[in-house]
Amino acid sequence: MPLHLSLLPYWVAAWLFFWGLYGIVTSRHLVHCVVCLAVLQTSTYMLLLGIGYRRGGTAPVFADIPPGRLTVDPVVQALMLTDVVVEAVVVALLLAIVVKAHEKSGCVDPHDLRTLRG
Amino acid sequence: MNVSDRIRRLVFLLSGALFFVLYCYAAASLPPWGHYRGPYGNVIARVAVIERHATDVVNAINYDYRGFDTLGEEFILFTAVLGVMLLLRREEGPPGPRGGGGKIPDAKVLSTTIQIFTLPAAFLTTLFGFYIGLHGQLSPGGGFQAGVILSTAVLLVYIAQNTEAFQRITSHTVVEVLEAAGAGGYAIVGLLALAGGLPFLTNFLPLGPTGNVFSAGTIALISAIVGVEVTAAFLLVTYTYLQEIMRGSIPNG
Repeated sequence: MPLHLSLLPYWVAAWLFFWGLYGIVTSRHLVHCVVCLAVLQTSTYMLLLGIGYRRGGTAPVFADIPPGRLTVDPVVQALMLTDVVVEAVVVALLLAIVVKAHEKSGCVDPHDLRTLRG
Repeated sequence: MNVSDRIRRLVFLLSGALFFVLYCYAAASLPPWGHYRGPYGNVIARVAVIERHATDVVNAINYDYRGFDTLGEEFILFTAVLGVMLLLRREEGPPGPRGGGGKIPDAKVLSTTIQIFTLPAAFLTTLFGFYIGLHGQLSPGGGFQAGVILSTAVLLVYIAQNTEAFQRITSHTVVEVLEAAGAGGYAIVGLLALAGGLPFLTNFLPLGPTGNVFSAGTIALISAIVGVEVTAAFLLVTYTYLQEIMRGSIPNG
């Protein structure tokens, strides 16, 4: 496999990470900021699955394949599975914080939230 | 774009470039795509079926080999839901700047046709959720996925009807109790092993025949408990947000 292809998942992970972070840094809306964080987090899925993938390997489920058959790495898949659910609720929590910030200060632009008011 | 914005972007791009260089350096030493090297995946894929009688190795890892980590992850879920409920709890006091506190009218119930088609859809989704949740040790699925599917079934009812219907079928107290039972149940399964003189979260139940629904010992049990927890968690989050919308503090539509 040519080098640029053999590193493809790592490029995609870096791409998602970079633009997710860019979105957070330049965000002008808190909801947009939270969505960018979700995009950033998807880079971890790409990285984990990219590391665990094996050519010719099948899914690590031995319900219908003989034991000893070549599979992809089940460990990173288990890591990813919990990551997905946790990401969903963390986004929910952040959005709740956004709702509260909007309620207290009346703005959703991170630039306008310079000071905390009691 | 003002000056501070430009500086911010410039600093980000510079540090991003530095990150990119270091990342390239690191990625070059990673195994090429499709050439997995690590020993753990190989070992566990070979021994999990024999040791735990679970044909889905991913869940054998999640609820057994890595069970302690998943307990932590489950508590992240629990804490996050707790945070949402705490932040968006009903407050007596002056309304917010957007006129919060005023009740907005509930959405109109959709046509009878849609409702008639939603009922079987919700039923099938529930059935599918239970299937996925109870077969986690055999095939792809398990508690986390089942929880998301099951809470979707209730959301289908909300889509066809309205917030009131959603709140009627998800009795808040029951869901809260299920949420707590799901979070605590996992820890209790671990503690039961301790009580029997085994290390925390040891798979102490009979493993049963491989490929059977009643197999893999605590993997199946914990998967079901996690299913309850995740269902309740997603319902609570949805419930809390819907309540917030009804209060009028989130602009609706």
